[in-house]
Amino acid sequence: MSDELFKQMAQSIIDGDSDLSTELAQKSIEMNIPPLDAITKGFVIGVNYIGDQFGAGEAFLPELVMAGEAMKAAVATLEPELLKLGEARETMGRVVLATVEGDIHEIGKTLVGTMLSASGFEVTDLGVDQPADKIIGKALEINASIIGMSALLTTTMVRQREVIEEMDKEGLRPKIKVMVGGAPITREWATKIKADGYSEDAVGAVKLAKELVGKADV
Amino acid sequence: MSHKTIKTISDPKLKLEVLTKEEVQKIHEATLHIIENVGVRFPSKRALEVWQANGAQVDFEKKIVRAKPQLIEDALKKCPPKYDLGARDPQQNLPLDGNHVCLGTDGCGVEIIDIDTRKKRTSVLQDVRDIARVADATPEVAFHWVPLSAQDTPVEARGLHELQAVWENSTKHVQTESIYNVHEAKAAVEMAGILAGGKEELRKRPVLSLMQCTAPPLGHDGGSLDAALIAAEAGIPTGFMTMSACLTTGPATMAGTLAVGNAEVIAATALLQLAYPGAPVFYAAAQTASDPRLGVYTGGGPEDFLFGAATNVLADFYNIPLSMGSFATGAKEPNWQAGLEGSLSTFMASVVMSDMLLGVGFLHGSRIWSYAEMMMDCEIFSIIHKMMQGIVVNEETLALDAIAAVGPGGHYLAQKHSRNHMREIFLPKFLDRRPYTQWEEKGDDARDWALEKARKILKEHQPDPLDEKIGSEFERIIKSVEKQ
Ligand code: B12
Repeated sequence: MSDELFKQMAQSIIDGDSDLSTELAQKSIEMNIPPLDAITKGFVIGVNYIGDQFGAGEAFLPELVMAGEAMKAAVATLEPELLKLGEARETMGRVVLATVEGDIHEIGKTLVGTMLSASGFEVTDLGVDQPADKIIGKALEINASIIGMSALLTTTMVRQREVIEEMDKEGLRPKIKVMVGGAPITREWATKIKADGYSEDAVGAVKLAKELVGKADV
Repeated sequence: MSHKTIKTISDPKLKLEVLTKEEVQKIHEATLHIIENVGVRFPSKRALEVWQANGAQVDFEKKIVRAKPQLIEDALKKCPPKYDLGARDPQQNLPLDGNHVCLGTDGCGVEIIDIDTRKKRTSVLQDVRDIARVADATPEVAFHWVPLSAQDTPVEARGLHELQAVWENSTKHVQTESIYNVHEAKAAVEMAGILAGGKEELRKRPVLSLMQCTAPPLGHDGGSLDAALIAAEAGIPTGFMTMSACLTTGPATMAGTLAVGNAEVIAATALLQLAYPGAPVFYAAAQTASDPRLGVYTGGGPEDFLFGAATNVLADFYNIPLSMGSFATGAKEPNWQAGLEGSLSTFMASVVMSDMLLGVGFLHGSRIWSYAEMMMDCEIFSIIHKMMQGIVVNEETLALDAIAAVGPGGHYLAQKHSRNHMREIFLPKFLDRRPYTQWEEKGDDARDWALEKARKILKEHQPDPLDEKIGSEFERIIKSVEKQ
């Protein structure tokens, strides 16, 4: 009975169907299925499948993004139950993501966020044009392990350094790790501003994030 | 050939119908529907006030403007259909009259393949000077886009240092994409005015034009809007470029992405006309399809080529000049991919007579400058230039006398007719037509020859110097911006 439901759950993620994944999550609550089981034996299987397909070049970005949204919807439905039971879903870690102040390039950052979410990170995407205090404030608020900053302009990449300097001043590192990326960003730049890591694309960003939280082998 | 010659495509013989009249009308109507019902984001106080004063529906909190079709259409009617881009040397002014395709360098890159070490490195001010000098001596390049970011100059006035560097090293028109805030825009207008010889002279001979990106989908950047308004006020030609790309910042389908991009561009163009009726404006676009697996935007690919032709049909529909992205490539070095993407995009944008093409010299999705790529891109443009002349059919070109004189058999090498016309045959600089063994021995190719050509220009070419007084005025202006 519940096996059949788990299968449907995985499929709802693969199909990127948020309505259905919400409905199935609701149903699992009514059936008294432990919410963590619904996630790990049901929905996550679908996320992993799409992730693998994407890695193999078979799935396209909209499939990945929609799977992510369906997953989010399901987890949101189950969250109150988890809280009631005092359980927490184990995640890879919390990440605050933003494009720096003065810069409105969005797509690259969003893709990094999508891939991180698909890989089990809890991502808070602040959007574009974000000043240092907002980024750092959010990281403190949600107890993030990583701050990820995107900058696509040579005139805004300096903001990445400003955030890092501010964090150092407040003694927030190495507890919170910093990773950077964007069109003009190079490894040399990342080293120069003392970032903890840099990646040229979203797949690399996931690998990097895993290393930064000490879960490189997961 | 003097370095004053500029090669532009005109009086084309080739034609292409990429969209029918009905299709253009449909895209136009969809666009007006979007502007009226979905709205476009204008995050600039000044822009929102202009919209409100003209009766548009303005949501000041979300900064979204919704406008009735009539408002947009009436505003667009005020755009001048034709004008000239001015140059430091007035002989090099460029007519944007629908009968000239002018090629520029690409712009705003972040790295360069060093001409000596052939290694990739971060771009600096001296690169901007050097590229301007090479472009000054290259007939295919009609105008400059500030090619690279001068990363060794202070951020606050970087766009101005770049402008100065190009003006000091070339007499051709300069277009910049690197001025996107109020301070720098004001200073740039002042610099252009000094160069043109006064405010009124600047209107007549705009030695500078400004290109701003829209912020797809259906938005704009506040700094860009404010900068554009300042430029338009001074009579500096200003254009908005949409880069809305299928699948990410536009719908997956090309027609939908055209409509989204069109809404961004014509809404911003209408804004400039509402603020400054009759201001010279242009349409600009570099649309493409995002890679469905990587999401990357590099330019190139069949969608890109079709957009290149379709956009000019839209710009013609609104009767304003077009600046079209071409030569965009995801190639990492000058190679098969770069040649393919450069040729087809430039052909498609040229065959419909886009007024400006941007531009030569870049690799890796408009990020890395290569002198070899620049020179080879110019050759592609020359080939298309030749193709656009089509085949001339008349008594002289049918050559009946020569045909009779040679008769069946024999050859045409000894004919006067051949001597008269042989120089009309395209002479490539970089196509390899040598014997195989020669290639085998030398082991070189187009890239080496192209690079050598750029090296030679850099060594030999001295552009007409800029008046020292103007140079020191520029410095004064830049200093004052740096102090702010
Ligand atoms: C699309 C685009 C835009 C769009 C963005 C639309 C949107 N909603 O996001 C629009 C049209 C708005 C735009 C605007 C401008 N742009 Co623009 N833009 C581009 C373009 C062509 C592609 C960027 C993109 O989306 N790529 C696709 C994504 C998937 O790739 P990505 O962003 O690089 O992200 C990947 C990696 O970098 C990495 N990554 C990114 N972020 C992060 C973060 C972390 C933590 C990590 C680990 C990794 C990581 O992973 C991502 C996924 O693989 C680039 C050129 C290029 N090829 O990069 C120019 C480019 C970045 N833009 C440029 C410029 C100049 C501008 C403008 C200033 C132009 C103007 N005058 O208006 C404005 C900026 C205004 C502002 N204040 O920000 C220049 C910048 C160079 C410079 N000199 O500084 C570039 C290089 C192009 C050029 N040569 O002109 N642009």
